[in-house]
Amino acid sequence: MTIVADSVEQPVHPKRVAQDSPVRRFARAFIEDRLAVAGLAIFLLIALLAILAPWITPQNPYDLAQLDIMDGGLAPGEASFSGMTYWLGTDPQGRDMLSAIVYGLRISLVVATVSLLCAIAIGIVAGMTAAYFGGRIDSIIMRIVDLQLSFPAILIALILLALLGRGVDKVILALIIVQWAYYARTVRASAIVEIRKDYMDAARCLALSHRRIMFRHLLPNCVPPLIVVGTVQIAQAIALEATLSFLGVGVPITEPSLGLLIANGYDYLLSGRYWVSVFPGIALVVTIVAINLMGDRMRDVLNPRLQK
Amino acid sequence: MLVYLIRRLGQSLLAVTAMAFLVFLGVYAIGNPVDILVSPDATQAEIQATVQRLGLDKPLWDQFLVFVGNVFHGDLGTSFVYGRPALDIVLERLPATMELALVALFISVAVGVPLGVYAGLKPDSIGGRSVMAGSILGFSLPNFWQGMILILFFAVFLGWLPAGGRGETVNVLGIPVSFLTLDGLKHLLLPALNLALFKMSLVIRLTRANTREVALQDYVKFARAKGISHRRVVFVHILKNIMIPVVTILGLELGSMVAFAIVTETVFAWPGMGKLLIDSINLLDRPVIVAYLMLTVFIIVGINLVVDILYSALDPRVRLSEVKG
Repeated sequence: MTIVADSVEQPVHPKRVAQDSPVRRFARAFIEDRLAVAGLAIFLLIALLAILAPWITPQNPYDLAQLDIMDGGLAPGEASFSGMTYWLGTDPQGRDMLSAIVYGLRISLVVATVSLLCAIAIGIVAGMTAAYFGGRIDSIIMRIVDLQLSFPAILIALILLALLGRGVDKVILALIIVQWAYYARTVRASAIVEIRKDYMDAARCLALSHRRIMFRHLLPNCVPPLIVVGTVQIAQAIALEATLSFLGVGVPITEPSLGLLIANGYDYLLSGRYWVSVFPGIALVVTIVAINLMGDRMRDVLNPRLQK
Repeated sequence: MLVYLIRRLGQSLLAVTAMAFLVFLGVYAIGNPVDILVSPDATQAEIQATVQRLGLDKPLWDQFLVFVGNVFHGDLGTSFVYGRPALDIVLERLPATMELALVALFISVAVGVPLGVYAGLKPDSIGGRSVMAGSILGFSLPNFWQGMILILFFAVFLGWLPAGGRGETVNVLGIPVSFLTLDGLKHLLLPALNLALFKMSLVIRLTRANTREVALQDYVKFARAKGISHRRVVFVHILKNIMIPVVTILGLELGSMVAFAIVTETVFAWPGMGKLLIDSINLLDRPVIVAYLMLTVFIIVGINLVVDILYSALDPRVRLSEVKG
């Protein structure tokens, strides 16, 4: 009877193990740091603003019918003839800067997030394939990664966009190509450590398929470092997209991201209309700082040398 | 050592070849190479001559070999805009960029190392924490925006420094440099600071992390126990040991400085290669773009090679593991 009772209780066991997964342990250590949590809160707020843009902004900055050229170049806090107050001023076309910034955030975040997800997916497949199969496959993949990482990201992105031309899709493609190598290297490094552990041998002895071992057993244990690199990289991606747009090879004028808004305002900066360029810049910096605060804490959590 | 040297040289050659092939593919295979390499208002005879000169009627592989051959002869096409060899135009701009990058590198070390050591020795003090917070800000501020703010503050608001250009230059060994004249120095300060700030944050973080580790080592404790002054412990025992990783990273970062100079040069209208690249992209002057890319690839691969060789000369573990692996 006792044997039966034991085997009945068995299914409870995996659940308890699942609760203590690497990701959960990681999350618990993360919320101990107030600065990092503040970063997370600011980032979530910004993301929410970007998602809800059409419902919360006073005006749709790209609907020309809503723009009034008479409102052009108003300083922050000035009221227009129609009685609307522009808290962050307007650009020379009479576009409300607050609305333009929220819409710009939206494009910046979409570009960064989509490219991040695609790059992570490619990086995971490449990195795990390299670690799992080893040998020649490993050395070919890692040679490509090394080759790419030896050149600065901005240079590679700039070349690609100079050849491909402007466009949101092209910027995303360039960011994916620039970023995948970081994830591939990260995943490979942690996968190589994990592969030597006993549970991997156990999984192999069960004659599970390569795919199942790689994605159900190996991958979950490689996730925490990936989150750290992903956080740092999304900040980098936002900055890189802004830079490319500023240089005039990024997103098109019809879909201005924060970088393009800053570039458009640059001409007015020296003539005293600082708000057209400075406010989008502040939005960009706050976003990046919030993400980097999180990333900084995460790195400390995962650094074994700083463990208590 | 010789085996390592040959292997490392082989890797560099492979990297240059791979990048040359990618640039070649980008320029020749995507789109019509005649459009790319012949100016739009060329006559039929000129187009015919270019097609023959570049061998565009031959298979792709042959064309690549011709392209490589031309590269070795220093022939990267003729600029549409300037009507002169593209490589010459890029090379003329090289000193301005290198000067900017080297001065920025100097600033980032001169400011970053002391701050990093300080933050590493007193990680929990207010000063140490402020330095770290500042370094997060330093690598969060996008380069171009930070440049604009520098211009707004120092050039527009205070009016102390010029907003752009290179100022007066003097020739040293036939190379024009800015840092020897007062006017040039004034023009150089803001762009160099702009380019340095990101690397400075990197140096601060790296130095701090290493200082924290080294300060706990036994030999540092022993030096203190011997009664050596605090100053000597920091400057001799700690600083010497943290310089190895810092120097390595900085060597590698010089290449990325040359690339990041694109942004700084555009913001400050600094007449270097990076500004030339952006102007050429806007004017569709493709031979100049190709020449810039090949030269930059060459510089970066070259720097990586030199740093690796120096590093392996300093630290035998590196070359031994490479030979084994």
